[in-house]
Formats: sequence, C-alpha cells, structure tokens
Amino acid sequence: MQHVRRDADGAVLLFAGVVRDEDRGRPVAGLTYEAYEEMATAVLRQICEDVLSSSDIGDVAAVHRVGELTVGEVSVAIAIAAPHRDAAYKASREVIERLKREVPIWKRERFADGHETWLDGTTPGPTAGD
Amino acid sequence: MRVRSLFFASYRDLVGAAELDLELPAGSTVSELIQLVRTRPGAQALPESPAVAVNQAYASADTVLQDGDEVAFIPPVAGG
Repeated sequence: MQHVRRDADGAVLLFAGVVRDEDRGRPVAGLTYEAYEEMATAVLRQICEDVLSSSDIGDVAAVHRVGELTVGEVSVAIAIAAPHRDAAYKASREVIERLKREVPIWKRERFADGHETWLDGTTPGPTAGD
Repeated sequence: MRVRSLFFASYRDLVGAAELDLELPAGSTVSELIQLVRTRPGAQALPESPAVAVNQAYASADTVLQDGDEVAFIPPVAGG
C-alpha cells in the first residue's frame, strides 16, 4: 500500500485473495498455484497498465503467489491508490476480474484426505486493450 | 521447422509431459500442432480447441507458426 500511495491520493485500497477452507461443501486443506510465469507476469502487467490508463487512479500494484498455500494465506494482492475512492473501488474490481479471466495461473485443491484435483477454470483470452 | 510446446496443469497430466519439441512442416498452423499433439498416447482427451499462446500471446487456431516458436497449451485459467 505504501508503494502505490502518492500525496495526491485520498484513497488507498488493498484487495487480498485468501485461501478458503472449503469449496462447494468439501473441506480444503490448501491450494497449490501453478503459473506460466513469464506470460502471467506480462499479462498481469498489461492489465495493470490498462487499468491505470483508463481509470482516474494514481497507481496500481498486483502480486500473485505460486506454490503451495494453506488456508488463510494470501494468494493474490492488489493495491490501488487514487485521489478518490470511487475510482479505486472500480479499478480494484477490474484488476481482479481480468486477472481471473486472462492470467495463465491454475490452482490445484488439496483435500484433508490427501486427494488433489485441478480446479475448473475460465476459458482465457485477450480482452479489449491487448 | 521445430516448435516447442508447453503443457500446464491438467493438460500436463493428460499429455504426460511439461514440454515437447516437435517437428512440423513449414507453414503449419496452431491447429495442425494441436492435431499432432492429440495423436500422442493419452492426449486424445486434450480438447480439440484448447486455448493456446504463441510466444506468450493468446493466439487463434489459424495462427501460422514459425521455427523456434513457443506454443503454450493453456487450460481454463484459475488464478486469484
């Protein structure tokens, strides 16, 4: 949050995606994230640049972790700084929605009994701005 | 020409490899590469039209490939 704030900003917003303990009624022990790292970094950077140039915000920063995470750990963080909060809320939402549709990252659920399964995802593709 | 194919997540499990270097006739398209990959043992379960990226940009099935291209087979994404 300190990284994105400038003196002109009246709003600093942090979204944190956190590993939950259940998925559709099944207890989850954790998630393992995998990424096509070079492309994921480039796509996420492009999403941030697009949102920065199309929104009335001052700065945006986004990070996504890969590897094994347990319940309660943060998987993704998006920080937005803006002069006013309305633009900050909208920009934060746009980054996470586009991330979930476009960034080549996958998650594998780990259940208490040791069973693991890749979670169904969203068919990806470029959106306007690519 | 030689093309490097990358497989992630569930596609890696289906194909049985994270990376394959494959020979294709010059001028082949992504579609032809997909067909070639799907002939491999276990890979018939790969969708006929998976999302792909060529050199890290999403690309359509009719994209013409070049020698040395990196083609990633991208299962439905689930980040965040």
